[in-house]
Amino acid sequence: MNLKLKVWRQKNAKAKGGFEIYNISNISPDTSFLEMLDILNEQLINEGKEPVAFDHDCREGICGMCSLFINGRAHGPDDDVTTCQLHMRKFKDGETVTIEPWRSAAFPVIKDLVVEREAFEKIQQAGGYVSVNTGGVPDGNAIAIPKEDADEAMDAAACIGCGACVATCKNSSAMLFVAAKVSQFAKLPQGKPEAARRAKAMVAKMDELGFGGCTNTGACEAECPKGISISHIARLNREYLVAKLKD
Amino acid sequence: MTQKINSHIPAGPIKDKWTNHKANINVVSPANKRKLDIIVVGTGLAGASASASLSELGYNVKSFCIQDSPRRAHSIAAQGGINASKNYQNDNDSVHRLFYDTVKGGDYRAREANVHRLAEVSGNIIDQCVAQGVPFARDYGGLLDNRSFGGVLVSRTFYARGQTGQQLLLGAYSALNRQIAKGGVKQYNRHEMLDVVVIDGKARGIITRNLVTGEIEKHSAHAVVIASGGYGNVFFLSTNAMNSNTSSAWQIYKKGAMFANPCFTQIHPTCIPVHGEQQSKLTLMSESLRNDGRIWVPKKMEDVEKLRKKQIRPRDIKEEDRDYYLERRYPAYGNLVPRDVASRAAKERCDAGFGVNETGKAVYLDFASAIDRLGRDVIEERYGNLFQMYEKITDDNPYETPMQIYPAIHYTMGGTWVDYNLMTTVPGLFSLGESNFSDHGANRLGASALMQGLADGYFILPYTIGDYLSNEIQTPRISTDHPEFNKAYETVREKITKLVNNAGKRSVDSIHKELGHIMWDNVGMARDEKGLTEAIEKIKALKKEFWSNVKVPGTSDEFNQELEKALRLADFIELGELMARDALNRSESCGGHFRVESATEEGEAKRNDEEFAYVSVWEHAGDDKEPILNKEPLVFENVELKQRSYK
Repeated sequence: MNLKLKVWRQKNAKAKGGFEIYNISNISPDTSFLEMLDILNEQLINEGKEPVAFDHDCREGICGMCSLFINGRAHGPDDDVTTCQLHMRKFKDGETVTIEPWRSAAFPVIKDLVVEREAFEKIQQAGGYVSVNTGGVPDGNAIAIPKEDADEAMDAAACIGCGACVATCKNSSAMLFVAAKVSQFAKLPQGKPEAARRAKAMVAKMDELGFGGCTNTGACEAECPKGISISHIARLNREYLVAKLKD
Repeated sequence: MTQKINSHIPAGPIKDKWTNHKANINVVSPANKRKLDIIVVGTGLAGASASASLSELGYNVKSFCIQDSPRRAHSIAAQGGINASKNYQNDNDSVHRLFYDTVKGGDYRAREANVHRLAEVSGNIIDQCVAQGVPFARDYGGLLDNRSFGGVLVSRTFYARGQTGQQLLLGAYSALNRQIAKGGVKQYNRHEMLDVVVIDGKARGIITRNLVTGEIEKHSAHAVVIASGGYGNVFFLSTNAMNSNTSSAWQIYKKGAMFANPCFTQIHPTCIPVHGEQQSKLTLMSESLRNDGRIWVPKKMEDVEKLRKKQIRPRDIKEEDRDYYLERRYPAYGNLVPRDVASRAAKERCDAGFGVNETGKAVYLDFASAIDRLGRDVIEERYGNLFQMYEKITDDNPYETPMQIYPAIHYTMGGTWVDYNLMTTVPGLFSLGESNFSDHGANRLGASALMQGLADGYFILPYTIGDYLSNEIQTPRISTDHPEFNKAYETVREKITKLVNNAGKRSVDSIHKELGHIMWDNVGMARDEKGLTEAIEKIKALKKEFWSNVKVPGTSDEFNQELEKALRLADFIELGELMARDALNRSESCGGHFRVESATEEGEAKRNDEEFAYVSVWEHAGDDKEPILNKEPLVFENVELKQRSYK
């Protein structure tokens, strides 16, 4: 395949960025999208140019490191995948492919396609845990948890923290990300004692960090590579409301 | 045992060693813990669990990771599960059975005392993770479910769909976040360790590079813990994450921490086959698939040829014309033989010409009979995310046609040598998880890496590091103005300057791929004296090529991924040579290390216990000198050494 790539280049956080056009040829449809970028970078290095910076690590869709807005969609044109799982067979020969970083005030660009997602860390630190120390815990089978609850908690816990929900949302809301963690613990007895504190603390931190509000467009769910349902946002809202009523 | 290494294995019967050791080692008071600093490098299962636990105890922890979040560490990608001898299934599991299976699975090249301790604490890990809210799979009664893994006859693997590593890591990450919020852990993301600082023989800090700004930084502590994972990426193509590297382990090796059994690498039998030279990494398909998937190739060469020409589909081959070679060769364990055995068996069939794809390097993993027996829904519930992952990569639907798989580099059993306290040969320098060598011998059993990482971090290091630090309570906070800090800082700075100013022509990746080919061809699944001797020379030449001809675009004081890769590759090349040297020395076969010269008539790995029942402990002697081989004899008092049999 031959492609025209329109890639966002930005020297650093302070620099003004812009698109550069690159032509790339002889790409196998079985190549992954990031392998295609590897090939582009090899080409740029051999031409004496600077390669394109992009985040990536596991390349199997689980670490959440890769990002990229590809042809206007977070993680590209395929459903339920991260960018690293996207393959070139999803593109047409001769196509122009536009590649941008996540766009959100809460995720400043570090370089080219790499953004800073420190804000997600701060939200998790605000309450994304059960307060237990190592040791002194009961036997794993001491509490029976209904399978349906465990399964639903797992559905929420599958979030990889990539930020596609924020990048996709017109308000740059982090509600799906926050809801995934709150909902996981809300479905489990281990999370109950701190449920109210957790919901309030994580939502307050999200607001403080400049993420926008949720207007229920559902775009986050549609672009989430792990298919996290917006029903978790509904649960977060209930948890938050109950917590606030107790104040 | 040579004088330089002392494993400090406690005396007494094996089942009492850990209990007695804990009773005898020193403890630091809460008031003194507050005055002590600990650096932890890496935030995977071992590092994150250690950082959280140490902070809970009251130590000041500085935690480092190279990604933008601790949650990205490659433990996140572990799929299948975590072992524990809970015996919840009433199938006669026990601490002893887990211990025995692990020692046998490691082909009798692990240290008995460490493995027994691992089995002892395995149950606590499950309890801890449940308490953190890890959503393990449960059955309809609401209790924890188990599945089976290779090399064992009981069902002791706990799991969270095909994302067990993710859920366990997020559990440890949540514990870490709680400590970061409390101020007990200072977290440094996008920071890479580039050297360790040793003062008066003790580890006192590290030199790091801020990957965003390029700034070189000095960090001090009373003890340094390395939990930076394994070195599978020396092969370029592996199931490791792209940024997984050996640099922390290699820097400490050069400062005196000896390296054990570098040639013990694990080739995982069920990975998606290589598609071409442009490929950047290999994707694992969880071993759990072998619970229900059957591995086969055609019996007839004519069918193989038709398959390759796509004239027939696998489903067109009649049952009696299929060779379920694992079930044929190993009736007792069948498709659930250990990884090394399954990998070699796949290579044997492909070398004999029965590989099912165009490259001849693939076998089938078939779910048809499981789908017939259990229904598609059950298979989807068990492996849905893995099937989806496979389909996204290959464009084939495994519900309808068998998966194609082939072995790939997955895990490294070798690593930094540690004593029973997980301390390296440098006092105050510890190594945890895949970074160390201690528990898996020459072959790791499935679902045991997660167990070891969390055992080290939650339940072992927090005790043993106290014994070391109890002698440091009088040591004031370490100053980074010490000449040793400045020396290490300058060494790192010079190395970086040399790389960015090198007038070379070749990209880092092109040299890394060359190293990968040398390693896979000569230090891969089958090794012999000639190939290994050649590999050492080729790697030496490649090292020269790297330093004279590598091209690193950009500058040192900015976000520069090519520079990151170059620094890592420099270390991979040197480690590659040590791996070949170690494989050459160990002229026996054991576990994942297969020397062609040492095989049984049936083609199984043939150990030589008289000459090689030891840990190879390599000592750095200087940059241009040959390393020194020390030996830690392995003494088996509780397990009888036998030819491993899975028939």
